[in-house]
Amino acid sequence: MAVSVSLNVNGKSVSREVEPRTLLVEFLREELGLTGTHVGCDTSQCGACVVHVDGKSVKACTMLAAQANGTSVLTIEGLAPNPEDLHPMQAAFRDNHGLQCGFCTPGMIMSAVDLLQHNADPSEQEVREWLEGNICRCTGYHNIVKAVLDAAGRMRGQPQAAE
Amino acid sequence: MYAFDYHKPSSVEEAASLLASKEDATVVAGGQTLIPTLKHRLAQPTDLVDLSGVAELKGVKMDGDTLVIGAMTTHAEVAADATVRSAIPALADLADGIGDAQVRNCGTIGGSVSNNDPAADYPAALLALGATVVTTNRSISADDFFTGMFDTALEPGEIVTEIRLPKPARAAYAKFPNPASRYAIVGVMVAESGGQIRVAVTGAGQDGVFRATDIEQALSGAFSAEAAKAVKVSPETMSADIHASADYRAHLVSVMASRAVAACS
Ligand SMILES: Cc1cc2nc3c(=O)[nH]c(=O)nc-3n(C[C@H](O)[C@H](O)[C@H](O)COP(=O)(O)OP(=O)(O)OC[C@H]3O[C@@H](n4cnc5c(N)ncnc54)[C@H](O)[C@@H]3O)c2cc1C
Ligand code: FES
Ligand code: FES
Repeated sequence: MAVSVSLNVNGKSVSREVEPRTLLVEFLREELGLTGTHVGCDTSQCGACVVHVDGKSVKACTMLAAQANGTSVLTIEGLAPNPEDLHPMQAAFRDNHGLQCGFCTPGMIMSAVDLLQHNADPSEQEVREWLEGNICRCTGYHNIVKAVLDAAGRMRGQPQAAE
Repeated sequence: MYAFDYHKPSSVEEAASLLASKEDATVVAGGQTLIPTLKHRLAQPTDLVDLSGVAELKGVKMDGDTLVIGAMTTHAEVAADATVRSAIPALADLADGIGDAQVRNCGTIGGSVSNNDPAADYPAALLALGATVVTTNRSISADDFFTGMFDTALEPGEIVTEIRLPKPARAAYAKFPNPASRYAIVGVMVAESGGQIRVAVTGAGQDGVFRATDIEQALSGAFSAEAAKAVKVSPETMSADIHASADYRAHLVSVMASRAVAACS
């Protein structure tokens, strides 16, 4: 029996009839065409699929679309304020070379943005611990951590570290 | 995943009657264990009953000297809760060390204890603290609740509603985590309540969580890290896998117990 799922995705209301076994990540990618949310492992390990549900970061491969019914979902596509400007976290990833192939990046950024909602001034150790659920095969994490610390500074209104 | 029907009741009563009336219904809490299980087709329920709409299952309160945590309270909520932090700080720290931030935002205490993964953290806390698991039918002491690997005293259709944890005089949890998943390779909770010392071990036992009675005895003599570390734990009943041999796990039990004791004082 199909279930009706209505959510707010990146500020827009959407409604679909889906099979109950539809994952949130499938709903976003296949029903809505929002392919910025990636599927790396599909086994709850890698964090490539991280989105925000009612402001909290979750793995969209480990949640049913039906479980997200009635919530507000934010994906990487909805993070920047407008098509011209990047979110400070996105800008910091670009400036600090925080990505190589870019596959893990949407999940890294969504997870890191959630960290800064809890802790506006994290230490390097706190950034590394928070990103426990996000795996990157390319960068060795160093520049990712630098980017998150840089973004935290920018968002607190401090001058940019890179340049 | 096999197909199933999905229900989202708004009360415990409604959830229990759905479980009773459907052919093979199962509850979903945070889904952090159940959804991976369904993806692997290791389970084939006809119906999923989502407890996330049941408000009465959420939240933390004190009942006299007992900390009461609703089954649907997430790990992140337990970790950040001021009442938990002041009553049993070791429990807040334990919740903060489960998996990763996204798992903690979804996974629940009720789901973790019902699942009784042999490497899960909460079972060790419940056993060491002498907690009580309250269900739709009855109250079960932690000693009777955890009956073996992935096995509990829960009957089909029975829902865990809350966990009651008496505030200890002191307690601490020390975990040697698997570096990838953060599940415990060995995790030890040490608690002292009313002059009695209880030591519970997760991650190590072939039958899941257990009490290390020889370490409890040693600590009753002298409550010191050295006393815990001096106990030679037998590898006979320890599990072994690619992460750690039975000998290594046995060794880690005393080491983690001694770290937990050190963190108690
Ligand atoms: C990457 C990853 C890392 C993890 N690391 C850790 C770790 O370090 N330590 C740790 O302890 N755990 C870890 N976990 C497990 C995590 O804590 C799960 O959240 C937990 O085991 C299950 O809780 P849940 O709320 O997600 O339950 P679900 O997955 O929804 O349910 C699990 C089982 O319990 C049953 N159930 C759920 N709620 C109830 C209830 N109220 N009454 C009766 N039955 C119920 C369900 O039917 C199902 O069979 C990890 C998980 C992942 C994916
Ligand atoms: S795709 Fe979701 S955690 Fe890897
Ligand atoms: S940049 Fe390639 S996986 Fe992270």
